Amino acid sequence: MSERQSSDQHTAYHDIGVAEAQDQQGTEPTTASSSAVMMRALGLIATICGLIIVSSYELTLDAVANNKKISTERAVFKVIPGASEVREFVATTGGIQPAGPTVPEGAVKFFGAYDKAGNLKGIAAEGVAKGYADEVRILYAYDPARQVITGMSVVTQHETPGIGDKVITDKDFNKNFEALDVKLADDMKAIANAIKVVKHGTKQRPWEIDAIAGTTVTSKAVGKGIRDSTEKLLPKLLPNVAKLKETK
Amino acid sequence: MSNPPGMKAPTNWEEFIEGLWKRNPIFVMVLGMCPTMAITTTAINSISMGLATTFVLAASCWMVSLLRAHIPKEVRIASYIVIIATFVTVVDYAIQAISLDLYEALGAYIKLIVANCLVLGRAEAHAARFKPVASALNATGMGLGFTLGLFMIGGVRELIGMGSLFGISLFGANYQPWVVMILPPGGFFVMGLWLMVFALVRVRKDKAGATPGSAQTQAA
Repeated sequence: MSERQSSDQHTAYHDIGVAEAQDQQGTEPTTASSSAVMMRALGLIATICGLIIVSSYELTLDAVANNKKISTERAVFKVIPGASEVREFVATTGGIQPAGPTVPEGAVKFFGAYDKAGNLKGIAAEGVAKGYADEVRILYAYDPARQVITGMSVVTQHETPGIGDKVITDKDFNKNFEALDVKLADDMKAIANAIKVVKHGTKQRPWEIDAIAGTTVTSKAVGKGIRDSTEKLLPKLLPNVAKLKETK
Repeated sequence: MSNPPGMKAPTNWEEFIEGLWKRNPIFVMVLGMCPTMAITTTAINSISMGLATTFVLAASCWMVSLLRAHIPKEVRIASYIVIIATFVTVVDYAIQAISLDLYEALGAYIKLIVANCLVLGRAEAHAARFKPVASALNATGMGLGFTLGLFMIGGVRELIGMGSLFGISLFGANYQPWVVMILPPGGFFVMGLWLMVFALVRVRKDKAGATPGSAQTQAA
């Protein structure tokens, strides 16, 4: 006769309470409401809720856009040290142009990182591939002069903690991206040697990525993310890269 | 606050305090288990999720209570869900505006507050029949109780699974984290242990209060 039973009684009272409460608030539970009353109630609620949603959207719009800009900049600065300004571009078959609100069909978005004097410090772009749990989204830095990847950072991942997320912290793995070869073939239409993720400890050529032992799936996702993205971006970007240096 | 028919209505303070401990949504009512298991990997995620839910609970219970005389019972569930979804959308935008990292960490679970049975449960069981202020207070208390419960799970999981609390490392570099605690099974382990603690406390209280009987229940 105590706590437990009393809480059962309490719940029971709450259940009985439904009918009582309806009596209290004056709606008779026996007579059904007319369609007009129901529609008016739903219309009223929809109007109020619509107003609340739209105004909260309007109020947060600037802050959200600003946050997105800051997080992009932070990610780009991480892979391109020394940069102080990020500009968004799209590379199309016709050339390079500043990114508008929408990315045109067949175009690839990338970031140009500039230092304070307005010199091009490097190019960054995003790559995505399916990892073990979910998409692994990464950002890599590309040096057009040497035609190599010079840095990689994971933007979002939901991999197993302690296993898949080693791609963020593992120093040896990150060394793969200090000078990863992505040279274009002579016709500038494709990458000469596709990036390949190899078993831990067997990296021999500059376009190979040495996987982390025990983290093969996520290592491969990072490699595939870079490979897919560079294959699309570089043939459009490199022939026109001189234009980026002229900006400003 | 056992308040059998005929007893006086609970005071505002009683409304507020109900959900904090005595009818804690997680450990006593065992409601809202989806976010409880999914996002309690770190203390900060737990608290953010708890506060987001608290806002949705308080705002939607207040509005449900305000409109309760105008909502015909045939369409009440639809009405409550629209109201709840509205405030979830508001919270979704607010978190994006506050921190994208947090938004990323909480992921789909912010949107899933809509489906948290705690929120609809309180709208139906409490807000639909009490005055706006009482409902909002009760819902805030419930929300804070939910936050507390999430923190009690998330804090333990982060402490054991990563050796840190609020991202601050506590055990030094030699600590080997017990990774399973921040993986899904860890959520069940910690939840089970807390439920055991609560059950033990209840059993002990029952024994101690065996003689005073019903007087003790009313006091509690």
